[in-house]
Amino acid sequence: MSADFLFGVEVLLNGLMAGVMYSLVALGFVLIFKASGIFNYAQGVMALFAAQTLVGIQTGLIPFSHLINAMLGTKIHHFGWNVPTFIAILITIGIMVLFAIIVEKLILKHLVNQEPIILFMATIGLAYFLEGFGDLMWGAEIKKLDVGIPQGGNLWIEESTAFLGGDDFYGFYLDTLDIYATVIAVILVASLILFSQYTKTGRALRAVADDHQAALSVGISLRTIWVIVWSIAGFVALVAGVMWGAKSGVQFSLSLIALKALPVLMLGGFTSIPGAIIGGLIIGVGEKLFEFLIGAPFLGGATENWFAYMLALVFLIFRPQGLFGEKIIERV
Amino acid sequence: MTDAAFQESYTTPDGRKIGDVVMEMKNISLRFGGVTAIKDISFDIREGEVRAIIGPNGAGKSSMLNVINGFYHPQEGEVWFRGEKRGPMKPYQIARQGIARTFQNIALFKGMSTLDNIMTGRLIHMNTSIASQAFWKGPAEREEIENRERVEKIIDFLEIQTIRKTPVGSLPYGLQKRVELGRALASDPSLLLLDEPMAGMNVEEKEDMSRFILDVNDEFGTTIALIEHDMGVVMDISDRVVVMDYGAKIGDGTPDEVRQDEKVIAAYLGVSHD
Ligand SMILES: Nc1ncnc2c1ncn2[C@@H]1O[C@H](COP(=O)(O)OP(=O)(O)OP(=O)(O)O)[C@@H](O)[C@H]1O
Ligand SMILES: [Mg+2]
Repeated sequence: MSADFLFGVEVLLNGLMAGVMYSLVALGFVLIFKASGIFNYAQGVMALFAAQTLVGIQTGLIPFSHLINAMLGTKIHHFGWNVPTFIAILITIGIMVLFAIIVEKLILKHLVNQEPIILFMATIGLAYFLEGFGDLMWGAEIKKLDVGIPQGGNLWIEESTAFLGGDDFYGFYLDTLDIYATVIAVILVASLILFSQYTKTGRALRAVADDHQAALSVGISLRTIWVIVWSIAGFVALVAGVMWGAKSGVQFSLSLIALKALPVLMLGGFTSIPGAIIGGLIIGVGEKLFEFLIGAPFLGGATENWFAYMLALVFLIFRPQGLFGEKIIERV
Repeated sequence: MTDAAFQESYTTPDGRKIGDVVMEMKNISLRFGGVTAIKDISFDIREGEVRAIIGPNGAGKSSMLNVINGFYHPQEGEVWFRGEKRGPMKPYQIARQGIARTFQNIALFKGMSTLDNIMTGRLIHMNTSIASQAFWKGPAEREEIENRERVEKIIDFLEIQTIRKTPVGSLPYGLQKRVELGRALASDPSLLLLDEPMAGMNVEEKEDMSRFILDVNDEFGTTIALIEHDMGVVMDISDRVVVMDYGAKIGDGTPDEVRQDEKVIAAYLGVSHD
């Protein structure tokens, strides 16, 4: 096989791995949107907050230490212990569930039956609040996140695929962290789908997504479902935050991964779980291949920054409801 | 004319026992801004009977069902259920008390299959925790199977075996109505509210639906309150009828009594109904 072709395959694989992560982030949006009609602007900040919390607990940071020090004149920062990763993850999950309960109690409960735009505005407020709260709780500096997954090119894959090409092909270069992230995201997405298809709570989730009135009439409590959905979204945010955070540090820019989910949602439709998955893969592969085939050789590169949005725009013109979204038919 | 006649339990001509008052509406008034949907209405529903609510379009019939199942909260009046005055309750809490319903404009879970739709009716009887469903499958699976058996019985009863796996959104209207009845039945309700179960059906479908309603009432002893426009059907299947017009109650009694009531006749003369 020619080296060019193999490089193309390598680009494709990397695109698929990036795509799985986009799918995961988009899934967080879709879950909440389906269950409550809310476009959750805070999804990205939730990922940041979850990652901050995980690092904070793991490294034994004292929450609100800056605030405490400023008020009491103390100089405390660390508890002086490290919490094992697994336990820190469990505690973080607990905190995200608590967050879901608080969101329901303080916001959603009071805004039932409001216009979507009002709910959207509420999540904008929530996003800024959570961003500030996260910084206040754990400090705003960039933190290194280490959950024990090795980083860098995977030697084993590189060596065992080198034979595919000729002398100028050295094997596929795939980052180990990306491989882990992909496997975890695939497992997570698959279990979410299984959960929603084959358990009674999953069935209740789908029922609420379909028709609120009917769901109430069979005895489903919307508020309980909202807590569950926001908890799941919090968990998805944690996974996304950890994977991105492990790569580039836990810092504000992490919350911008939400922006990457937007074109995925436009492609896949806001209400479709398969749409979020396929949309994520198309964008992941599309932006890497476009850069490889057209961007780098002809356009001076760096097309990855805008390709997804352009693709989404083109798509919006021809199929505004997304790949799998329900057809929008206005009753007249 | 009527209330006194029904102070006692009674036996219908076909030999069914109609028991005590299950649900009692006392002086209910419901307003939406300037519109009065229900004006000071009182009536009761007795154990084991088929109670019809009839009246011209906009009379307030659906509003009355919505009050019973908690979608609407009346400004005045009291709702008594099984001898107790009901406080402010959410619709899902009322559903868990054994009151199920169908809707005038079908409200099914359109993306889900017939089977899944009817399974949602079982939710109030399923108690395993989320954690157990997600990680520790034994009990959750057992619960799923038990409830599935009940649902299969209902599917057989309603003769909809062939559409078990079909997404309900793609079913014809008449079948959707039947699935919706199935979902309501699945919760084993003690009181079943049906809002125009036969609207938009042809004669044959109406006959089927009438038969199902009577069978449910007969075999499971389920108390039924239903809204229906087709007078023939109402006269055939109901034990007692409440007549509403412009939000007020203008008649209450057996089908025969109601049919001869002058106020009722007047309300129906020249009024179009579908
Ligand atoms: N949610 C609501 N908001 C405002 N007005 C309402 C609402 N629900 C019902 N109404 C009004 O209350 C009155 C009674 O409506 P309702 O739907 O109960 O009538 P109905 O007897 O069921 O009529 P139909 O036979 O057409 O179904 C109508 O004037 C209706 O417009
Ligand atoms: Mg009505």
